[in-house]
Amino acid sequence: MKHLLALSLAAIVSMSTAPADTITLNASGATFPALLYMRWFADYNTAHPDVRINYQGIGSGAGIKQFTGGLTDFGASDAAMSDKEIAAVKDGGVVLLPMTAGSIVLSYNVPGVTAPIQLPRDVYPAIFLGKITKWNDPKIVAANPGVTLPDLAITVAYRADGSGTTFNFTSHLAAISPEFKASPGAGKQVKFPVGVGGKGNDGVAALIKQTPGTIGYVEFGYAQHSNLAMATLQNAAGKYVAPSADSGSAALAQVNLPENLRAFVTDPTGDTSYPIVTFTWWLCHTKYTKPGVADAIKALANWALTDGQKTAPELGYLPLPAPVVTKVQAAVNTIQ
Amino acid sequence: MATATSASSSAVNPWVGDSRAKRSKSFDFAFSWATFVAGWSTVALLCWIAVAVGYAALPAVRQFGFGFIVGTDWDTNNDVYGALPLIYGTMVSAFLALAIATPLGVAIAIFLTEDYLPLKVRNIFKFLVELLAAIPSVIYGLWGFYVVIPVTTPVGNWLNAHLGWVPLFSTPSSGPGFLPAAFVLSIMILPTIAALSGSALKTTPQALREGAAALGATRWDIILQTSLPIAASGIFGAAVLGLGRAMGETMALAMLVGNNNQISASLFAPANTIASLLANSFGEATGLEVAALMYLSFILMALTLGINAVAEIILERTGATTRHL
Repeated sequence: MKHLLALSLAAIVSMSTAPADTITLNASGATFPALLYMRWFADYNTAHPDVRINYQGIGSGAGIKQFTGGLTDFGASDAAMSDKEIAAVKDGGVVLLPMTAGSIVLSYNVPGVTAPIQLPRDVYPAIFLGKITKWNDPKIVAANPGVTLPDLAITVAYRADGSGTTFNFTSHLAAISPEFKASPGAGKQVKFPVGVGGKGNDGVAALIKQTPGTIGYVEFGYAQHSNLAMATLQNAAGKYVAPSADSGSAALAQVNLPENLRAFVTDPTGDTSYPIVTFTWWLCHTKYTKPGVADAIKALANWALTDGQKTAPELGYLPLPAPVVTKVQAAVNTIQ
Repeated sequence: MATATSASSSAVNPWVGDSRAKRSKSFDFAFSWATFVAGWSTVALLCWIAVAVGYAALPAVRQFGFGFIVGTDWDTNNDVYGALPLIYGTMVSAFLALAIATPLGVAIAIFLTEDYLPLKVRNIFKFLVELLAAIPSVIYGLWGFYVVIPVTTPVGNWLNAHLGWVPLFSTPSSGPGFLPAAFVLSIMILPTIAALSGSALKTTPQALREGAAALGATRWDIILQTSLPIAASGIFGAAVLGLGRAMGETMALAMLVGNNNQISASLFAPANTIASLLANSFGEATGLEVAALMYLSFILMALTLGINAVAEIILERTGATTRHL
């Protein structure tokens, strides 16, 4: 009996220690890039079976909390981290790494209209403020010559949960509309004066599909994947630009990243730039005490910045422009 | 022969004789302690939850005080929190659900307590109604979203277009809102109301029914003038218990109520409930928002505990308790 016990114990011990060189990285955070991250981590694990990454898409805010609390090796956030949040991280600094980017689109359900609806810069903030309430509003009609718009009430759909998508979308609206900036303002969860809330990108997408007349903001890859109609938006240069990988990348190319790599592209310039784009970040410690973790993260990040970028457009994300990649790689290599 | 067997079996039975007394005593002692501990730990758990939630709510209590309950703004961005739209949404959706579910539930209860159908068929009906309680909330939510909303939306828009001057119909339907939420909620609380009303109706003494029949009362008269008045307080208790359940319902409401923190008289306007806001906001909440959410939880807990207590008292008095549920 004793023998058996010892034997089985030994078996358990050897089972848990056998792949001693395997490293497991835990990460959690933003849901916005979760699809891409899952794909990356699966691909990376296939190429490097000794590294396993568990990623949980639990939301940017929760990701920051878990990272700060030391529960994860790195976090992910659509809103990077604020200075206050960085200060709360114990033992050493934080490296913010923009790893991918995405566009946020305005999807709608307007029966009978097949051509993409064009929305001017003064119109779509007004829709989300509840000032424009009909699809055949003169301002929308004027921007869409040759399109017959129905006499249909506009229902706004927004994210009911706090989200980085809301943060980036409202940051853009606040940048182009002083009225929106005054109230409700930009944030992860804002008080939209009109509309209905859905949980997550899928919740908003379902609301749009369900009720004719609904318009809402969702991530580009998501809208593409669920075959939602996407509005063509007027950018800072006054041009109407449809959401696409190219127009998103054009917007990102306008950005000059600062030293801490935290920049929000609230209103990109350039004729071909799609107006609502955002980077999304990994949050890493500057120093890791657990052996092997720093090297594993560095290798993973460098892989994601090179090979990983190629899978981004497949899933509706934007590959980072080359100058950005160079800057981020430099930051990755400072991790110890 | 019979005595012989019993004697021989008692010889090997450990529960008989000297040893039995000792063993059963220690067993009794241990068992009574185990039940004592289990019983009190339930009470302790409830207190612990209340204290923990209350403690986490302290920063918001300090900041807003009782003004929190009458504040109408829930603005995460500016860290201003007021619970009134949420309390309003919770109460209105629960009462609307109750208004639909009570007549239905009582009708089901009458149908299943009178002998309209053979007992076997009635039992199948009863089983089916009780099965409604076994359907997960999220399934109700999905059903409401994909089946109920497409029906309520055009109805709401029609009523708004033709009777828009009535405050109840003052806004066009934006899909999710009070109406679909209350409708689905009413089905969710139907089993509670039907089952408890049924047991209240069963308490009508057979002698009274027979007496009424002897006096020439029709079945109508017996139901309306004998059974229902006797069961009235039990039915009321059932409704209050249903109300308590409706107020705490989360997932289905988060999908159907529209999650808009506003106060509107219109049935078709989106609104929000405490439970739904909690479910949506906790993941990303930080700082004062967490405290405000905890304050809200505390209010919801106090409301549902109060309502359940009232229901239990009423049911206890009428003898139709929830024990057999």
